[in-house]
Amino acid sequence: MADDILLDVRDLKVNFGPVRAVDGVSMAIGRGPFGIALVGESGSGKTTVGRAILRLVPASGGTIAFDGQNVLGLRGPRLRAYRRAAQIVFQDADNSLDPRMRVGAIIGEVLSSHGLAGRGAVGDRVAALLSEAALDPALASRYPHQLSGGQRQRVAIARALAVSPRLLVLDEPTSALDVTAQARILALVRRLRDERQLAYLLITHNLAIIPGLCEQMVVLYLGRVAESGPTGELLARPAHPYTLALRSAVPEVEAAARRSRIILRGDTPHAASPPPGCPFHPRCPLVIDVCRTTVPPLQAVAPGRQAACHRADEVLSGLRPPGASAQLAEDPGHAS
Amino acid sequence: MKLEIRDLRVSFAGHSVASVPELTVDAGEIVGLAGESGSGKSMTILAVLGLAGTAGAAVTGSVRLDGQELIGLSDALLRAIRGRRIAAIFQSPALAFNPVFRVGAIVSRALRQHGLSAAQARERADAAMRSVLLSPDLLARYPAQLSGGQLQRVAIALALALRAEVLLADEPTSALDVTVQAEVLELLRELRDSRGMAILFVSHDLAVIAELCDRVAIMRAGEVVEQGPTGQVIAAPRHDYTRELLAAVPRLGQ
Amino acid sequence: MSGTWRLLRANPLMATGALISLLIVLVAVFAPLIVPYPADAGSATHPEMALQAPSMQHLFGTDQVGRDVFSRVLEGTRVSPVVAVFVLLIACLVGIPLGVVAGYFGGVADESVMRVTDIFLAFPPLLLALAFATALPANLTSLTIAIAITWWPWYTRLVRGQAASVAGRPYVEACRALGIPSWRILLRHVLPNSVTPVVVQVSLDVGGVILTASALSFLGLGAQDPTPDWGLMVAEGQNYFTTQWWLVTFPGLAILLTALAFSLLGDGLRDVLDPRRVLIR
Repeated sequence: MADDILLDVRDLKVNFGPVRAVDGVSMAIGRGPFGIALVGESGSGKTTVGRAILRLVPASGGTIAFDGQNVLGLRGPRLRAYRRAAQIVFQDADNSLDPRMRVGAIIGEVLSSHGLAGRGAVGDRVAALLSEAALDPALASRYPHQLSGGQRQRVAIARALAVSPRLLVLDEPTSALDVTAQARILALVRRLRDERQLAYLLITHNLAIIPGLCEQMVVLYLGRVAESGPTGELLARPAHPYTLALRSAVPEVEAAARRSRIILRGDTPHAASPPPGCPFHPRCPLVIDVCRTTVPPLQAVAPGRQAACHRADEVLSGLRPPGASAQLAEDPGHAS
Repeated sequence: MKLEIRDLRVSFAGHSVASVPELTVDAGEIVGLAGESGSGKSMTILAVLGLAGTAGAAVTGSVRLDGQELIGLSDALLRAIRGRRIAAIFQSPALAFNPVFRVGAIVSRALRQHGLSAAQARERADAAMRSVLLSPDLLARYPAQLSGGQLQRVAIALALALRAEVLLADEPTSALDVTVQAEVLELLRELRDSRGMAILFVSHDLAVIAELCDRVAIMRAGEVVEQGPTGQVIAAPRHDYTRELLAAVPRLGQ
Repeated sequence: MSGTWRLLRANPLMATGALISLLIVLVAVFAPLIVPYPADAGSATHPEMALQAPSMQHLFGTDQVGRDVFSRVLEGTRVSPVVAVFVLLIACLVGIPLGVVAGYFGGVADESVMRVTDIFLAFPPLLLALAFATALPANLTSLTIAIAITWWPWYTRLVRGQAASVAGRPYVEACRALGIPSWRILLRHVLPNSVTPVVVQVSLDVGGVILTASALSFLGLGAQDPTPDWGLMVAEGQNYFTTQWWLVTFPGLAILLTALAFSLLGDGLRDVLDPRRVLIR
């Protein structure tokens, strides 16, 4: 079992001053081909987890092991070697490419920095990478602002692939894109998964793009894991009220696929002032007394599935909240 | 018909960016304007508000509110209508609120601008906040102290306080978390059902449009390619582009 | 090329500045060929022709020892502007790298560089240059060094702000994620995206440096006679100002014109280098 794990995150904590953006997150990413989704809304800490894995923000606690090696302690040439093994594609494609450099130079720079291609070979490698990302190699002579949003994102993907990573973190790769461009990017990720035996961590707030891409998923709320497990099972039979609400909130084109809405009152509390007990309890439609005082531990609720909820077993067995009633929204204590 | 758009054309230097031959929104219905970026849907909203001219565009055609023609109306008359009878909410609620003023101050100024006394403004604002399920105490806060979802609801509250009859919504939930989006969408349904508001809802998210809108017009590259009752357009799309859009929407319920 | 032409037509002031600047450079380059009395710019003196009013033989008249003022003003284009070029070159070579490093790395590097910069910036520039100039022998080289020392901190501060902002941008973070070494990030990404304000400032500063150099020469701390430095000429001619006005007026006009030309050029450059323009390309 341990052999199958490429990236092992245990009890990761990331603090920004007093703010506990990530408060004890654990997950395992298997060797490629493998996809795992990290789902959450604003304030969940999902982007921070991705950045911590890439050593872009310092971790305040916990461990991250890549292929058995401790990632958090890496320095110098070892760190650079890790940066060839694990890569990231950012959400903001528009700004993750230097506006003053041509596309070919942007990708070529990565190749030269790591000594991955001799001077003459760079051009060919760049063309090959662009083709792999379903882009016309002629685009190498263009500037980022001359490309569409979808094309820019694919350049970012081609750039990340230049180092032939084994793990790819995709941070909301399609949030800023039109739906047709999004579909193309997701198809590209699927293809790369097969062709390169890639393992990827898909960070997103959009549940709808997960099935078909990720076999495992982790739901985050306010820096903690709410529940995790195989995608199909988790979505079909959630074990956490937040997952229930999240799933019900996803708009569906097909009327037949729509579920009755569970409306959560209020907004996610600010990470700087988390509520006592379960972080979700102020908005939870199934809250009971113990939720207000005790933090629910992350526990196994079924084989391969974990949930952090005092009523996880009940939810798993089909407990659902009563119809949403119009009550005055609780003030979530946002940055007072 | 509350809002009637006919042969509306918005152009920049002779080049048409939005062309809508016919679009109507009646009281008590939500009509969707769907399309990707560059489709011209946002320009259409600006043209209805009479604001396209400030962006440098030339607008021709007809936009009637309860039979009254809005295109070509003087600035003074348009200002009386904007906000008061036609309200608008946009994608980035934070941009709609001046950060140096308390939210309540902005709301009451808008209300007094349209003829209410300070006391009346206060009363209406409080009532409107309660309608959008926000505590009136939040009016004392600055925009930076409110979340995106809360600000968007305040913007809707303002439309309610002004007793606007038509609401133009340009991607109002695109920047919000999906659970917050669900709340705002439910609010819009409420406005349609209990207050009979006419809502024109612009979005690139077909799934949201499918769930929310009674009728929909699909735009692409400045042209309306298909329109009709939502259920019909989704179940039996006639235009290739509509089919392409529908195929690209990721489905959760599989 | 057509882009530049369109640019100049849309920006008449900048075009004027560019034209005059070009003229000044041409005069400086071809001075030996066009100056009517080359010896007068050197050590020649003609006491018998002293203080003659402007005439056909002497367009700007002659000075107190009979030298042709026109020749000296023309030759002066090789003095003051050249000092300005060297001053700005040194200021850039010192100031920009310091600013980039301070802005990108922040922390200790930032603190140490900025405190030193602050010390220099605390003094009025002219007084500081004066202080250094008096400590050094009075010649053009010392003048250049003295002014350069007071000039570099402005560029450091300017660049540091930009560099700090660029350091936080997504594409720089992407470079770090890609394992690109820091020196490379600084050179290829931070530097090019941070120097725009400096480029504009440099052209605006040409006039400023010339004025400072003129002031110091006026005070006797820079160029010495017989060097045809405009500031020096104004200094030497001040006693005759009320009667033989041409001794002060023409060198003074030359200073004014040069400062103005480069200022206009700089103003125009600011618009040209506006990042939004890059997008319209």
